[in-house]
Amino acid sequence: MGNPMRIRAAEKDGVTEVKVLMNHEMETGQRKDSSGNLIPAHFISELTAKHGDKVVLQAEFGPSVSKNPFLSFKFKGGAKGDKVVVSWIDNKGDTRSDEATIG
Amino acid sequence: MKKRLTLAALAIVAAFTAPAAMAEGSAADGIAQYRAMLAEGNPSELWELAGEDIWKEKRGPKQASLEQCDLGKGPGVVKGASAALPRYFKDTGRVQDLESRLMSCMETLQGIAPENFVKGKWGKGEMEKMEQIVAYVVGQSRDMKVNVDMSAPQMKKMYALGKEAFFYRAGPMDFACATCHGQDDKRIRLQDLPNLTKHEGAAAGWGSWPAYRVSNGQFWTMQHRLNDCYRQQRFPEPIYGSDVTIALSVYMAKTANGGTVMTPGIKR
Repeated sequence: MGNPMRIRAAEKDGVTEVKVLMNHEMETGQRKDSSGNLIPAHFISELTAKHGDKVVLQAEFGPSVSKNPFLSFKFKGGAKGDKVVVSWIDNKGDTRSDEATIG
Repeated sequence: MKKRLTLAALAIVAAFTAPAAMAEGSAADGIAQYRAMLAEGNPSELWELAGEDIWKEKRGPKQASLEQCDLGKGPGVVKGASAALPRYFKDTGRVQDLESRLMSCMETLQGIAPENFVKGKWGKGEMEKMEQIVAYVVGQSRDMKVNVDMSAPQMKKMYALGKEAFFYRAGPMDFACATCHGQDDKRIRLQDLPNLTKHEGAAAGWGSWPAYRVSNGQFWTMQHRLNDCYRQQRFPEPIYGSDVTIALSVYMAKTANGGTVMTPGIKR
């Protein structure tokens, strides 16, 4: 189970803006530790955002995304009080899912 | 949404639009713009979240939480506490900054030995937990005014010591803190250096640390920041929570008095 994300969602004029701050190492697999050994790659590989049952965003992440990634996106159709669920899976199979209420 | 977006690519495009705009303003404007873009998703929040849990968690040999820790506003009061630190504490008989105070609390309440920090490594073990607690505590003073009480004679003494340390030139490069932070409009590479001898500079510096550093993905406390200043001056690094670090904090905090607390901050 990954570390919790921080999600904010706000609706304005029919458009919902979602801001997600993820807590993840996002290790590229290119770096070496102090004893010269390669640090194995560990990064979020897939992210899905749902509004109710509807997928509003699906993304493939890779090792070029920074540590503790921040993602912001907008979609139409959200209403105040609705739930937005964001979940990711990383290359080691670890997952995390968090939700926020649109405000 | 069958077509998948490669968000990584989008993020890179976004990150490089800032330098393009830089051509019109100064380099500092570009950095300010970059910071504004990052501020929305300040990862310090992740440390704050973790720190709040650790604050309330029963830990250490004595299995106690820090909820009885007195940061100067009474046991367990976190709101606004860090804006008024460092201060003189009667129970320990010392002037303490946030981190040395937390170290005392952990020792007396939880039985966690100070050696965990004094001999610890930044970002590892107990030190990582300290950083998370610091993030939580300083976040509870966000947007408040720096309000350090200088009335105790011990504070005045620490201020005098801090001032002396700030201007003390030594080391292989004959550097003092004041060499870089004693004049206006100094910079190191593209970073503007605040003039810590004046209110504006001290407010900017003292008010925005501890902070998350984007370039290395680490959260730095004020003690860590000060140690790195010493490292850059080619001085031996001070002992964690030692008087010289607290004295320098008193010197900066007093000069910053009345400025806005922007912690936990975000840095390049």
